Amino acid sequence: METSLEAENKVLKKRISELEAQLAGHSDRPLVTSQKSHPPPNIVSKGEVKLSLEEYKRYGRQMILPEIGIEGQMSLKQSRVLIVGAGGLGCPAAAYLAGAGVGTLGIIDHDTVENSNLHRQIIHSTSRVGMMKVVSAVTYLRDLNPHPNYVPHIEPLTTENSLRIMAEYDLVLDCTDHPAIRYLINDVAVIMGVPIVSASALRTDGQLVVLNNPPGVGPCYRCIWPRPPPAESVVGCGEGGILGPVVGLMGVMQAIEAIKIITKNPVRDIGRTEMTLFAAYGASPFRSLKMRGRKEGCVSCGSPERAEKITRESIEDGRMDYVAFCGGRVGVQVLHEGERVSVAEYQEVVDSGVDHLLLDVRDETQFGICQLAGSLNIPYAEFEALKYEDSEAEEIKSKFRDQPKDRPVYVICRLGNDSQIVARQLKEAGVFPDDRVFDIKGGIVEWARSGVAGEFPEY
Amino acid sequence: MGEQQDPSPNGIYSKPVSLNIEFSGGLEMLFSNQRSHHIQMPAKGPSKQPVNIGFLVRHLCENLMKDKRKDLFVLEDRIRPGILVLINDADWELEGEEEYLIQDGDTILFVSTLHGG
Repeated sequence: METSLEAENKVLKKRISELEAQLAGHSDRPLVTSQKSHPPPNIVSKGEVKLSLEEYKRYGRQMILPEIGIEGQMSLKQSRVLIVGAGGLGCPAAAYLAGAGVGTLGIIDHDTVENSNLHRQIIHSTSRVGMMKVVSAVTYLRDLNPHPNYVPHIEPLTTENSLRIMAEYDLVLDCTDHPAIRYLINDVAVIMGVPIVSASALRTDGQLVVLNNPPGVGPCYRCIWPRPPPAESVVGCGEGGILGPVVGLMGVMQAIEAIKIITKNPVRDIGRTEMTLFAAYGASPFRSLKMRGRKEGCVSCGSPERAEKITRESIEDGRMDYVAFCGGRVGVQVLHEGERVSVAEYQEVVDSGVDHLLLDVRDETQFGICQLAGSLNIPYAEFEALKYEDSEAEEIKSKFRDQPKDRPVYVICRLGNDSQIVARQLKEAGVFPDDRVFDIKGGIVEWARSGVAGEFPEY
Repeated sequence: MGEQQDPSPNGIYSKPVSLNIEFSGGLEMLFSNQRSHHIQMPAKGPSKQPVNIGFLVRHLCENLMKDKRKDLFVLEDRIRPGILVLINDADWELEGEEEYLIQDGDTILFVSTLHGG
């Protein structure tokens, strides 16, 4: 098992470097070997675009729509679209825009494909796990439609490169997963005069809004969200979970909005912005909300006289710290080193047969997926709710009424954050002797990854 | 807007308004995991002023929200950043934000902005 995985890993790594080399060399040539079935892409000369006979046929089913027509198809072929993030939103958006015949499709991402992505990131594949997402995406897209010019950007979007990169595009799709980068995309797109098709998804809900459209007329991200949410309220798909087709739907809707903007048909009410909410389990799943207009006082798209106005210079010289603006990444650190044990140290406790209590504070759904032998499950939420009660200590004590108090307690969660907080609460409530309550560093995920107890599912 | 009837002499609880309160984007988890709530609320505040969204938010915190994590909904007495408020599906900014006077039958939607992708 181990050796075959290693061998596969080796082969894939070799393949990655081959592909990356190919990409760097000539980005407009198909990566895959099945070139024979497709004619070479048309050469687009400045100001004049032509469709090949193959393209007439390929795009025929959308060209016969009055909303598209030959003019719309030509607009698509002339358009240059940047997709930021080749994940759950970016994958379907990229596939539909490539299929529709967008002329230039840039994709920026610095992650590699993981198998936990594949339930939703549909243009990656099991055979491309470990490959750069951008390379994997372009591999798929070239096979889908060899005509567009695919531009791979294997790097994170940063304050240093964003102005240079976005200068090459007419439209940007925000398919990212954190507010910090959403603010960056917004500010740069406003400066560059580029509309933004923005979407997001979490659990079973999705949101979609077109911003800065037309540029300088419609509201921008900062008009609607002038202040970032508190960092602790930001939940990602890895943490909160995501239903694949929900995020897929939002990505597909981004492609629809992009096509509408590029083909300028039908003409929208200028400056009227709507936000679409999708709730898969809601009573009425789709909902359209009428949003505010552009704000004169906006620091991004508002009046240029404002002193705090965001400019090309303030981004380029690093004055804008987007991560700090959004409160940074939250990592819990409420215990000191002596109050924590590694998964290996906990395994020794198990092996030595010391009588102890293992408290698992994951929610019931996660506990149901996998759990360590003999663990007691009391979800974190129950402890959190008690934080605001005067009777916190008493209520926590009552949860452990039936437990012996003279043995050590180990607290585990999924990643090692919640478990620290609960360990701290247990200590403060004085349920067990203070020096015998420990948190297990890195949680269930670290337990699985380290393999201290053999095979254990990581989810 | 809807005409107010004569205020009754005995004070504030005489004429309740019926409202649809909805939560989306994960906020429902703070409100008993229920996306839609029908509530009744007094039409006038303690000093007989018509109630506005600011009053409604305090009312929800005190009466509808069982979850103790109030700061996930309200920060420093205002709706926390990242939550959009929609009055009958229109951005509350188009309606006067916290000053909007609640009308009988209004649907007020609170949406937590999502960031995943």
